Amino acid sequence: MPVEIDIAHVARLARLDLSEEELEGYKSQLGAILDHAAKVQSLQGDPEVEASHPLRFENAYRPDETRPSLDRDEVLAQAPETRDGYFVAPPAMELE
Amino acid sequence: MTSWEPVIGIEVHVELSTRSKMFCGCAVSFGDEPNTHVCPVCLGLPGALPVPNRQAIEWIMAIGLALNCEVTERSVFHRKNYFYADLPKNYQISQFDIPVCHDGYLDVVVGGETRRVGIERAHMEEDTGKSTHVGVGGRIHAAEATLLDFNRSGVPLVEIVSNPDIRSAAQARAYAQELRTLVAELGVSDARLEEGSIRFDANVSVRPQGETEYGTKVEIKNMNSFRSLERAVAHEIERQVAVLEAGGEIVQETRHWDEEAGVTHSMRTKEGSSDYRYFTEPDLVPMHMDDEWVGAVRATLPELPAARRSRYVEMGLDPDQAGVMSDAHAGVRAIFADAVAAGSPPRAAANWLTGEVTGWLRRTETDPEDLSLSGAHLAELVAMVDDGTVSASAAKEVLEGVLGGEGPPRRVAADRDLIQISDTAELESAVETALQEHPEAVANFQAGEKKAIGFLVGQVMRATQGKADPKLVNDLLTEKLSH
Amino acid sequence: MSELPGDLHDLTIVAAGAALRSGETTAVELLDAVLDRAHRTEAQLHAYLTLDRVGAREAAETADVELAAGSDRGPLHGIPIALKDNMCTRGVETTAASQILAGYVPPYDATVVTRLRRAGAVLVGKTNLDEFAMGSSTENSAYGPSFNPWDISRVPGGSSGGSAAAVAVGSALGALGSDTGGSIRQPASLSGVVGLKPTYGTVSRYGLIAFASSLDQIGPLSRSVADAALTLEAIWGHDPLDATSYAGVYPDPTADLDEGVQGLRIGVVSEFAGEGYEPAVEEKMAAILDDLSGSGAEIVEVSLPTVDIALSAYYLVAPAEASSNLARFDGIRYGLRLEGATTEELMARTRAEGFGPEVTRRILLGTYALSAGYYDAFYGQAQRVRAALRDEFEAAYQKVDVLVSPTSPTVAFPAGEKVDDPLSMYLTDICTNPLNLVGHPGISVPVGVDDQKLPIGFQVMAPALGERMMFRVAAEVERLAEFSARPLLEEVAG
Repeated sequence: MPVEIDIAHVARLARLDLSEEELEGYKSQLGAILDHAAKVQSLQGDPEVEASHPLRFENAYRPDETRPSLDRDEVLAQAPETRDGYFVAPPAMELE
Repeated sequence: MTSWEPVIGIEVHVELSTRSKMFCGCAVSFGDEPNTHVCPVCLGLPGALPVPNRQAIEWIMAIGLALNCEVTERSVFHRKNYFYADLPKNYQISQFDIPVCHDGYLDVVVGGETRRVGIERAHMEEDTGKSTHVGVGGRIHAAEATLLDFNRSGVPLVEIVSNPDIRSAAQARAYAQELRTLVAELGVSDARLEEGSIRFDANVSVRPQGETEYGTKVEIKNMNSFRSLERAVAHEIERQVAVLEAGGEIVQETRHWDEEAGVTHSMRTKEGSSDYRYFTEPDLVPMHMDDEWVGAVRATLPELPAARRSRYVEMGLDPDQAGVMSDAHAGVRAIFADAVAAGSPPRAAANWLTGEVTGWLRRTETDPEDLSLSGAHLAELVAMVDDGTVSASAAKEVLEGVLGGEGPPRRVAADRDLIQISDTAELESAVETALQEHPEAVANFQAGEKKAIGFLVGQVMRATQGKADPKLVNDLLTEKLSH
Repeated sequence: MSELPGDLHDLTIVAAGAALRSGETTAVELLDAVLDRAHRTEAQLHAYLTLDRVGAREAAETADVELAAGSDRGPLHGIPIALKDNMCTRGVETTAASQILAGYVPPYDATVVTRLRRAGAVLVGKTNLDEFAMGSSTENSAYGPSFNPWDISRVPGGSSGGSAAAVAVGSALGALGSDTGGSIRQPASLSGVVGLKPTYGTVSRYGLIAFASSLDQIGPLSRSVADAALTLEAIWGHDPLDATSYAGVYPDPTADLDEGVQGLRIGVVSEFAGEGYEPAVEEKMAAILDDLSGSGAEIVEVSLPTVDIALSAYYLVAPAEASSNLARFDGIRYGLRLEGATTEELMARTRAEGFGPEVTRRILLGTYALSAGYYDAFYGQAQRVRAALRDEFEAAYQKVDVLVSPTSPTVAFPAGEKVDDPLSMYLTDICTNPLNLVGHPGISVPVGVDDQKLPIGFQVMAPALGERMMFRVAAEVERLAEFSARPLLEEVAG
């Protein structure tokens, strides 16, 4: 395994609330996959990386025109919790 | 006692006033019922894809060109990955290391001095939705829930980052105001601080005078007016100096400006610095801004404030006056241009507009939009003063009449009986009378009291109900008294 | 040529279309036949997650009215088609086979769905897949696995296993799947049907629940090469709602179906052979190549050395993009929600509960590959491998017209065999994933069965926008193979 994976940190970054055992399990699986994936290091040469699109497009835009928005009722019907036309979430944790 | 040098950079977010959002066709509209301008794209529904608004790209190019930036020939979008309830995809489509515009500058005049502030970059991104925290007191710490409205999600946003070239709170304010004016004049944004269509964050650090290394910088947020921007920056400079002089260290952090208390509060986040895991946005293709396109955008730029100021100076206005005139309402500037075209000397026209006209607008609380003064009329008025038809003070009254809609200057002057008597023959008799009625003044004058002539001029003015041309009266008296 | 109603499910789209227009059958009859097949086979196959009987019947009735009135929408008019459940269908539950989207009903149609409707297709229902299209066996579905009609103890392949099984057994006359590393071609190969991934950018991804944005493409699964070409024509084309959509001229995929391979140069990729490849697969491969040679093609060995590390690059690029694409599933605006005192807690608990192990694994892997300090060595380097691979393929196409290989090193494997060994599961995509990395088209054609009557697939690859040539060779392979074996399940179900 090339590097020690801080799996708890990765899970936090990805917003995945996993148990200790789950984390340990994923950590070793990730290690095995990364060993395999690390083969990319063996690439010889330094090819020019443009964007990945095979047909090498550029400049795909839309004109500044409005299109109908979704019906709010249809949108809110899928929401777990709403109030007066808003989506509802608990408070964010960010501030002290 | 150390002398401290403040080092300030400003980050500006400008909401573009396009009809539709950055990556979808929802209308850009404010103040409407929540979640009424949303679609799969700006709501982050599964399967949705972004398509960039061409107008927004042209407008960021315009902003960059107006800021003397280089326009990058090939630019791409990146994903900035972080989780937040008002960010529907939990990533923001933004730009990382290849912004559309880079390396420009903005000249800012503060206290008669011009400071060139470097612009590091201007890049394109999308705005987030709006969170409203509800709960006890409505303050973030005591919130019980967050209400989310995604109408703003996906609105085109241009982020402009300056170099840390600003050296005082006053300069910071001037920079912000100048940038705001520029963006508004380009017609790409409403740029109203109070509405949030332009937002400023400041990065502030201090260092000992003469030091070349930068001190630790602190980001200041939540400044909702130009005045609070200046106050916040000034306060932060003081705070940092106080900390350093007491032997402490500046913590790199984000601080929140509290307008009421007049202080900044720390907004310490739980995690360390965020890992945004930037990578090129795979749902979009690169943008190629070739010379032709850049040229076409450049051709659409209006005259910018700095160029206009220079032009006014070249026309003969002094720098301060040029500045005031340049910042004046477009309608006022149009009157100026028309007046000059109708033959008025530029300075005179500018004097009237920046002086009496502006004063009248303020006094009568009239919108410059509703000015009923034409350039031709202004030129006429200037000429009337110049050729003595009315005295300078009478002209002010004439102007009031014109602004009040009474008609062109000549008619107002006539209607209000303000036309000066400039006929020498007519004045001769009044002068003769004054000389005869006040022999003591004559005697005083001939005894060497030159000021006695003023008394005599006054007498003639009274006799003619103030309509005599005082200069002409003075000349006639002088001539007669010299014999 | 009169078809008995009982055999209607067996018709190709071309034959069904002819029967519709000659009056021998109706769209409603076709639908009923297909639904009857589903009724008889679903207990064992579990190909479908949702059958939209009501919507399909309406569409079939409308199709019959229109056809009778002379309003002909083209080859797919009145034809029952199934859709992989990662394509948004307005008003019909769309889950991506995940718990996190249980009960989710999209408020809009994917572009391919709109186009199918416009083509008059009868949309039968939504088929099973590996959760979020991550897998090669359809065992990662949160709603239970699908099975292979050729041997119901085996997997149909994945991730479009449900679509493949449905077409193989006749509970749809055609289907759409999505292919990110081989997810159309590999299940097509394992289930004995035709399946293709078109040139990247030619089929709109708007409305496809994204797995890996730079790799995903939607494509058809069908009983014949001609059917696949007709279905592709109905769904491909520029879409202003997809910025990666190709806006230039599209080739005509049906133009050369009867041209044969005389004078063509066919390149055999030497890296796609040897250890790990089942003997039956290699034998069949060799036999078809002999036949192609006999038909006038020149067979050439081509080496694409970078292919050896392509899978490694794939397992960095795909999870990285997926980790970002799946961030939107957070319990706030739709889908599953587990409560939390803070938004962070709510999101983390929802996602841990809502995602299965394979998806979780890939999100962790992808997040790691993109994270600070590792980006350049992993994701950045993988992009370089892609570029090198593309250069190699493009150089090869200077010398050959198409490239060929087995679609998969193995035939259908037993259910449960690879579930606990992610790496061995990933290796089933070894022949298919390079095309996703470079964006080129590829088609799998069933060419025979092994001695256990398990299907073998032959892959034809072409340069970007080379579908015309690809279909030309694929049609010849189909003619030469004379693949007529029927799935075991079909015999049992009757």
